[in-house]
Amino acid sequence: MQLIQLIIDGVASGCIYGLVALGFVLIYKATETINFAQGDILMLGAFVAYSLIGILGMDYLTGFALTILIIAVFGFFLDAVVVRQIIGQPAFATVMLTIGLGFIFRGFASIYWGTDIFSFSTPFSGKITEFNGLIISYVNLSIIVGTAVLMSALYFFFTFSKIGVAMRASSENQLAAYYMGIPVKFIFSLIWSISAGVAAVAGVLLAPITLVDTSISLIGLKAFAAAVLGGFGSIPGAIVGGIIIGIVEQLCGTYENYLFEGVREISAYLVLILTLIIYPRGLFSDKAEVKKV
Amino acid sequence: MRFIFKTKYSQDINIAKHNGDRFWYSLLILIMAALPLVLDDFYLGEISYICILSIAGIGLMILSGYTGLASLGHAAFLGVGAYTHAFLLTNGIPFYASIPIVIVVSFLVGAAIGIPILRLTGMYLAIATLALGFIAEHVFIKWEHFTGGNRGLPVPQPEFLGMSFYDSVFFYYVCLVFLIAAMFAAINILRSPTGRAFVAIRDSEIAAQSLGVNLGLYKALSFAISGAFTGLAGALLAHYIGYLAPDIFNIFLSLTLLLLIVVGGMGSLHGTVFGAIFVGFLPQLIAICRDYLPSSIGSQPGLEPMLFGIILVFFILYEPLGIYGRWIKIKLFFELFPTYKRQTFKKQKVFTKSDRV
Repeated sequence: MQLIQLIIDGVASGCIYGLVALGFVLIYKATETINFAQGDILMLGAFVAYSLIGILGMDYLTGFALTILIIAVFGFFLDAVVVRQIIGQPAFATVMLTIGLGFIFRGFASIYWGTDIFSFSTPFSGKITEFNGLIISYVNLSIIVGTAVLMSALYFFFTFSKIGVAMRASSENQLAAYYMGIPVKFIFSLIWSISAGVAAVAGVLLAPITLVDTSISLIGLKAFAAAVLGGFGSIPGAIVGGIIIGIVEQLCGTYENYLFEGVREISAYLVLILTLIIYPRGLFSDKAEVKKV
Repeated sequence: MRFIFKTKYSQDINIAKHNGDRFWYSLLILIMAALPLVLDDFYLGEISYICILSIAGIGLMILSGYTGLASLGHAAFLGVGAYTHAFLLTNGIPFYASIPIVIVVSFLVGAAIGIPILRLTGMYLAIATLALGFIAEHVFIKWEHFTGGNRGLPVPQPEFLGMSFYDSVFFYYVCLVFLIAAMFAAINILRSPTGRAFVAIRDSEIAAQSLGVNLGLYKALSFAISGAFTGLAGALLAHYIGYLAPDIFNIFLSLTLLLLIVVGGMGSLHGTVFGAIFVGFLPQLIAICRDYLPSSIGSQPGLEPMLFGIILVFFILYEPLGIYGRWIKIKLFFELFPTYKRQTFKKQKVFTKSDRV
């Protein structure tokens, strides 16, 4: 029974990793760049939600929706104004650029909101439900349900909407998509905005657990493990990878005595390194995603 | 404009390209050697720190600037060097014996890290090294027998050549000699077949492979050499700091090293020194900025990472070749005056190279 309890907790935190990893994957699939600032965008999302709900006293759902909107617009202009300029330069330049952007966001957040730890009230805080002796907090439930809803929304968006299909086309082959009359640059900025919006959702869902401060941007680094495990180019892979990382982390934390001290904090990175050494393609990747040396 | 008329093949790989080089670099070394006569202890300490940063920068430059492998966890090598050195000194090994052991250990650690992640390229490598940096930081905290854990580890300051490391003039000379030696070693590695193989791998892996470069071997070698240089810098850094704590070797230090080579100029050894001077004086620069900003912003702790990020973004977007690239442009401007054309260094428009097959 304890094991199932641990797995449920792991799935909840894994969903957050999965959502952040989803942001990496969306951008990587389309533009072959990695956004190292994804975790910092999540942090901005949590802070904006705190401003709207905690300070301005908005209704939780209204504040949630408005946060997603603000961060999505922010993501759109981030690509259109800054990131687009370095297309065509080596991958290293993008890595450095997004790391630099991450530092700017973190610096901005700690100047504007301060370095204290904040919280805002949600309809889920402190409520739990019991089911056959399992204790499930409403917060965890909200994360799992939120992820599921978002995933199905994204699935329908990419399968049935015209813009979604255009996005898939642009990530398959930019030039061919351009010849078909798809505004590739605009589509890429739109993908950045979706990715930022997903990060904002993760940030708001996470806020009741970790509270809001600048250190939650470190989640972005653990989400790398999720994305790599899922095979950096697969949307279901990102979520499954995230859930696996979340469960592994919970189990490592509980059975720390049998392993070695402090294994919990680095378990995600160990999984990442092992995946890269043993099976760098990842679980869900198409064959063609990773270049062989 | 100076044209060098080459009559021998050996001229092509000479360290000094012409007599002007010999004159200016000798003068620079003389000035550096004479600095303790002019400057007080504070500035000597700062310049020693810049020398140490330059050595670490050379290590990362060989890996990232010349072999084209990004590393986001290079502080781990600094940590390995620093802790090994402090551990050896504590156990009574003299300074002159400890330094070679540190270099060998960091070389081996570099190879040990390099071999398993050889198969990775581009951003996968960046992510893997980032994760390794975190794991290394964690190991420094938990391996208490060796590192003293969170309590920290005092670094003994032994006598060397009858002088003490507490003497800032002596420490300055030690750092300067090691920097010059490291610079010569790096120049020689880079003009040897090994270094040319590194550059070939950076420019095109497929071309390098088809010319007979063993990719796996040379990538691992690049990691190992880079680790050795950075480990040496770590050993000197241990003396500079005096008391090692695990949180010194965090991701921020790794990123500072990356900032160093990006600001200095990717792919040039000059760039490591320019970058080290910049990074070394960055805290002072930030302190000056604080004075001029209104106190509501100036006193915020978030100002430092923010400026750090702004500088990084600015250089990546507007001067990808760094300070050294700017220096080349200014030099060419005066050499070609008045016929300099901006287009000489215009960025070419290229399509994104796809990693997908």
